[in-house]
Amino acid sequence: MSFHVNEKGFYGNFGGAYIPEMLYPNVEELRQNYLKITADKSFQKEFHELLKDYVGRPTPLYFAERLSKEYNTKIYLKREDLCHTGAHKVNNTIGQILLAKRLGKTRIIAETGAGQHGVATATVCALMGLQCIVYMGEIDIKRQAPNVARMKMLGAEVRPATSGSKTLKDATNEAIRDWINNPIDTYYIIGSVVGPHPYPDMVARFQSVISEEIKAQLLEKEGQENPDYVIACVGGGSNAAGTFYHFLDEKEVNIIAVEAAGKGIDSGESAATSALGKIGIIHGSKTLLMQSPDGQITEPYSISAGLDYPGVGPMHAHLFETKRAEFISITDDEAMNWGIKMSQTEGIIPAIESAHAFAVLDKKKFKTADIVVINLSGRGDKDLNTYIDYFKL
Amino acid sequence: MNRINQKLQEDKKILSIYFSAGYPNLNDTVQIIQDLEKSGVDMIEIGLPFSDPLADGPTIQESSTKALENGMTTKLLFEQLENIRQSVQIPLIIMGYFNPILQYGIEDFCKKCEEIGIDGLIIPDLPVDIYAENYKETFEKYGLINVFLITPQTSEERIRYIDSVSNGFIYMVSSASVTGSSTGFGDIQTNYFKRISEMNLKNSQIVGFGISNKETFSQATKFGKGAIIGSAFIKNLTENGVSSIEKFVSKIL
Repeated sequence: MSFHVNEKGFYGNFGGAYIPEMLYPNVEELRQNYLKITADKSFQKEFHELLKDYVGRPTPLYFAERLSKEYNTKIYLKREDLCHTGAHKVNNTIGQILLAKRLGKTRIIAETGAGQHGVATATVCALMGLQCIVYMGEIDIKRQAPNVARMKMLGAEVRPATSGSKTLKDATNEAIRDWINNPIDTYYIIGSVVGPHPYPDMVARFQSVISEEIKAQLLEKEGQENPDYVIACVGGGSNAAGTFYHFLDEKEVNIIAVEAAGKGIDSGESAATSALGKIGIIHGSKTLLMQSPDGQITEPYSISAGLDYPGVGPMHAHLFETKRAEFISITDDEAMNWGIKMSQTEGIIPAIESAHAFAVLDKKKFKTADIVVINLSGRGDKDLNTYIDYFKL
Repeated sequence: MNRINQKLQEDKKILSIYFSAGYPNLNDTVQIIQDLEKSGVDMIEIGLPFSDPLADGPTIQESSTKALENGMTTKLLFEQLENIRQSVQIPLIIMGYFNPILQYGIEDFCKKCEEIGIDGLIIPDLPVDIYAENYKETFEKYGLINVFLITPQTSEERIRYIDSVSNGFIYMVSSASVTGSSTGFGDIQTNYFKRISEMNLKNSQIVGFGISNKETFSQATKFGKGAIIGSAFIKNLTENGVSSIEKFVSKIL
């Protein structure tokens, strides 16, 4: 069985490009060119140089000694939190901005929820001297003021999405509408493994540097490339796609995807798409999504803005359906407590998204000899206000 | 023969009107359809509201959101339309995004459309290749005409392909935009309409997006078989209510 995209843009039953005809020329241009351009030597050279010297890759694979002792297993943390801009998101924006330049595009648009992808996009636009417009839900703009300020400092224009629920899915709708209105000069940098083909595959490839490095680093530290478990949190699923990518076909590696249960799966305030979603179409992709019986997309909830998406990338929907990955959901409270635990056990304040992944340690029993790699997708600086409010710090 | 094709054979320019079902009030649907027919409109697109209408500008987004808040659902729309053919003869098209139709069940949806007397469907986010491979047979089994969009950026090769898969008319999107955003047509649109008309396609073309008044209607229909008004009609409903339909249409025809 293949866990990669097929020539029609599908992962099993999921994926494809369910887009209005107005978007067809843009998406088709990308589909025809993305593999060719990204395989080119000059692209690869520029991409890897920027990842090394600008982003700070390779990020360390850190053996978490105190945590390992406590849970009586071998726990490694992949330190994506040490990337420039504070999360894995920049791996993808570097790749896509190089692609946009080679396609001759001069105007960049992006959507953002918590603002991490917006900041990563504004950063690479500044680096390349390209115009940058970031769509962000009106409610998120209020919730994430520091990231809005960062984007502005970097020279981006932040446009509020005022339709629908005024959060990430609406920001994505607005970015898509912008692209429909500006089909010639504009490139849309999607921030996750979602959207129409070829975006899920393209973003997964740019993020796959994470698992590529894990393999090399484990070989050095443990004398073997494959761990027993890889664990990552999933909103749309870009850090998870990158963490899983080179292990998808390695049967002995167990894959665990961690979703946000919010206030509990049955609480009505959750973002656990695998548990609550049904197959449908969101943002041009056939995938699992949270929706009403009538097919209206419903509003998810998680304390972590980065996991607050009503769908999941088509690759993850396929991993769920085929049971290649185990899906576990973690509540707000469990994740928040792990934010403190990570800070005080390893001296690392994690993003709340990443804290969800660590909470799996309380849900599953690992063997003493197991090698467990957890992707620490981002740092917690952006979440300080949420931590302060929650713990009355 | 399907009512759409009958209408397309008439020697006249066609005015088609779009509205969001369930807006301004939940139960206005039948009244709006009846009044549009009485006013001399040739074809009606009944908008099935969706939470995330990607191809629509603010006016249709807002009417869609309001319709959903009012309680509109696919099932309710079908109930409202149950006896519509007892009072109107006009061609009726349902325009909606793919997800609600997928959730209702493609075959059930098509079957229900045939029972009620719906003549065609416009599903902007169901691409022609996926339709041709998976759904064409089902749509045709229930006598439904599926309408595809083309834009100024659509290649000639793709237009020919869309023409070959279509069996009614082609929805010619006037410019690169979402609905409701253009304010009049220039040389670019005129040249595009002319270029398409000179392709001698088997399906006639009806222009949509950016048509709001008599002037844009006559510009759009100079080369095309007809034109569709959506956002401007909805704005009129918002400002002047359902009783203003006849007056709105009389200003265009």
